[in-house]
Amino acid sequence: MKVALTLLASVLFFVGASPAFAIDVRAAVLRVDYQTLLPLSRYDVRPDDLGFAGAALADQDNNTTGSFMGHNYETVQVSTTPDDADAALDAILADGIRLIVVLARAEDLLRLTDRAAEQGALVFNAQAPDMALRDTDCRAGLLHTSLSYGMKADAVAQFAIWKKWTDWLLVHGSNPADVAMADAFRNAANKFGARIVEEREFEDTGGSRRTDSGHVMVQKQLPVFMQGAKDHDAVIAADATNYFAGFLPYHLWTPRPVMGSGGLVPVNFHGAHEAYGATQFQTRFDELTRRYVRSEDFNVWLALRVVGEAVTRANTADPMGVLDYAMSDAFELAAFKGQKVTFRNWNGQIRQPVLLYDGMLTVSVSPQEGFLHQTSPLDTMGLDRPESNCTAFN
Amino acid sequence: MRPFVLATALVAFASPVFAGKAFVSNERGNTITVVNTETWEVETEFFGGNRPRGITVSPDGTKLYVCASDDNIVRVFDTTTYEELPSLPSGPDPELFIIEPSGERLYIANEDDNLVTVTNTNTRQVLAEVPVGVEPEGMGMSPDAKWVVNTSETTNMAHFISTEDYSIKHNVLVDQRPRYAQYTADGTRLYVSSEIGGTVTVMDIAEDGAPTVVGKLTFEVPGVLPEWLQPVGVKVTSDGSRVFVALGPANRVAVVDGETLEVLDYILVGQRVWQLDFTADEKYLISTNGNSNDITVIDVEKEEAIKSVQVGQQPWGVVTIKD
Repeated sequence: MKVALTLLASVLFFVGASPAFAIDVRAAVLRVDYQTLLPLSRYDVRPDDLGFAGAALADQDNNTTGSFMGHNYETVQVSTTPDDADAALDAILADGIRLIVVLARAEDLLRLTDRAAEQGALVFNAQAPDMALRDTDCRAGLLHTSLSYGMKADAVAQFAIWKKWTDWLLVHGSNPADVAMADAFRNAANKFGARIVEEREFEDTGGSRRTDSGHVMVQKQLPVFMQGAKDHDAVIAADATNYFAGFLPYHLWTPRPVMGSGGLVPVNFHGAHEAYGATQFQTRFDELTRRYVRSEDFNVWLALRVVGEAVTRANTADPMGVLDYAMSDAFELAAFKGQKVTFRNWNGQIRQPVLLYDGMLTVSVSPQEGFLHQTSPLDTMGLDRPESNCTAFN
Repeated sequence: MRPFVLATALVAFASPVFAGKAFVSNERGNTITVVNTETWEVETEFFGGNRPRGITVSPDGTKLYVCASDDNIVRVFDTTTYEELPSLPSGPDPELFIIEPSGERLYIANEDDNLVTVTNTNTRQVLAEVPVGVEPEGMGMSPDAKWVVNTSETTNMAHFISTEDYSIKHNVLVDQRPRYAQYTADGTRLYVSSEIGGTVTVMDIAEDGAPTVVGKLTFEVPGVLPEWLQPVGVKVTSDGSRVFVALGPANRVAVVDGETLEVLDYILVGQRVWQLDFTADEKYLISTNGNSNDITVIDVEKEEAIKSVQVGQQPWGVVTIKD
């Protein structure tokens, strides 16, 4: 107890009215934009300021706190194509910035991280859900504020088990990302005792999307595709590329709840989330950006708030100083999710609750009650310490 | 004849003239529930504005002030007739406030605008707006009325505002999501609860009002996940010997020794316990329980819950008066 108190006292700073340490904190958001097809729903069309909006709010929040500390925050926003990404990163580094939030796919993210590491920069992954980034491909200079496929799948699995929907029909897409997501659901079924009674692949043939005839074709094709399956309690959809799962809930052969990429979807954040004081976050975000928040915005906000916490509490904006503080026991951050979020010190993943979202509401939040863990219930989702092959943080 | 006498006696007993009242703001129900603090019966419920949260009374007990968060005003009611009186300007999204002992100035936390608004309750004019940290919430006042302490939930600071010139003189970093600030009656100590940090920061207050952090309360309940021990409302007995801390989703009120800062007990109350207030005689402590839509009455001396009373939808704050 005495030890704990001393330790706590050492992270408490008494701050006088006049700023003691002036720090200018410069960060960047680097967003790689890919050629993609339109999403199924126009609600999901990417806003031009995706991710950047989260940075704008984080700067505003951090600067309000900074005004009492003599800290000033500025975040540069850069969007680029995959081909120009390296040059864009070089320009950011040449500008002297060493704290970089990246929105990119795994392959590009890793290359950019390694390039940034050569200059001693710290990178935050605010988008890529791939497991390898938290496992064999992990990097000491790479922290993850985005959810992994494993965290998402485990969040859904816990809810399904809690509902006693233990027999799953797994339907996955044919793109590599869909297959990776399906893997996460197989793993989750194994981990929590669900049974995948059957698997089906819905091939991406590049058909019509949200044109007038799209839903007509879907209404005929999907039920036929889904018929004759073994008895199941729920349909688990792995469609990371978002081309069919959105249609699943009302186009099944056997009526069953759909979870995963359609129906009940695991997300980091969404614009209707109000619990845990999130209403205040939402009103601030809406007012600043004139739109609803997306997970990518939240991931960027979270990354920059991590930086802000390190600057406020540990008086450092040095990339390694931020990393050390973020990975230390002293670090904790409130993120409108009902409990503090912290980092897994074995792979740099932020541990946080996962919202289960039906497109309108937060239906539930995982981890579910009764899923216990020896250190944190949050570690029941995603790669836990004993499963991790990451050695970069050792 | 006899039954008549008995009836008269009963009426006299139940009459509000002799009993105190508790006013409970119901955040989702948009109402104020009035509870008789002798009989613990609900007397009435009336419209309290949209999203009523912070609730307090004028020092003379005649006026009830309610932060109507979604109306962006402080609504005012007569504590006897429950009639609505002219509102006070509050700045946007008022959440919690504190009134000075003279009853003149009301200090209001504007959660959406990172401001503390100072309003004169007589002239109904805004006297000052003090910029504070992100998501200001908790409001405490030193007994000598020289200091107002505001806590900002996302900046994680307690801001010490001088009531003389409305400027911030001290900022103290505390743990994540500070919710409430409570001075002891003698003004020598301040407690600040941190909901997500799971702690209460204890500060000693010097003669000149300067704070020094001297310790931190932490909580532990067997069978309850540490994540759910989220301190919110704090009240201290007038002799400073006992500190009561509402622990949110842990559904408990912690009883803390004000001297040793040791947690002595946890009193089981309703679900998502939020704010607290003593009755005027300090015999009872009332907790609002947001998820079970009730209040719990705690016997302060025995340190045990004696009763729960169903109120409106999502009770948030509570204030008592003696009639």
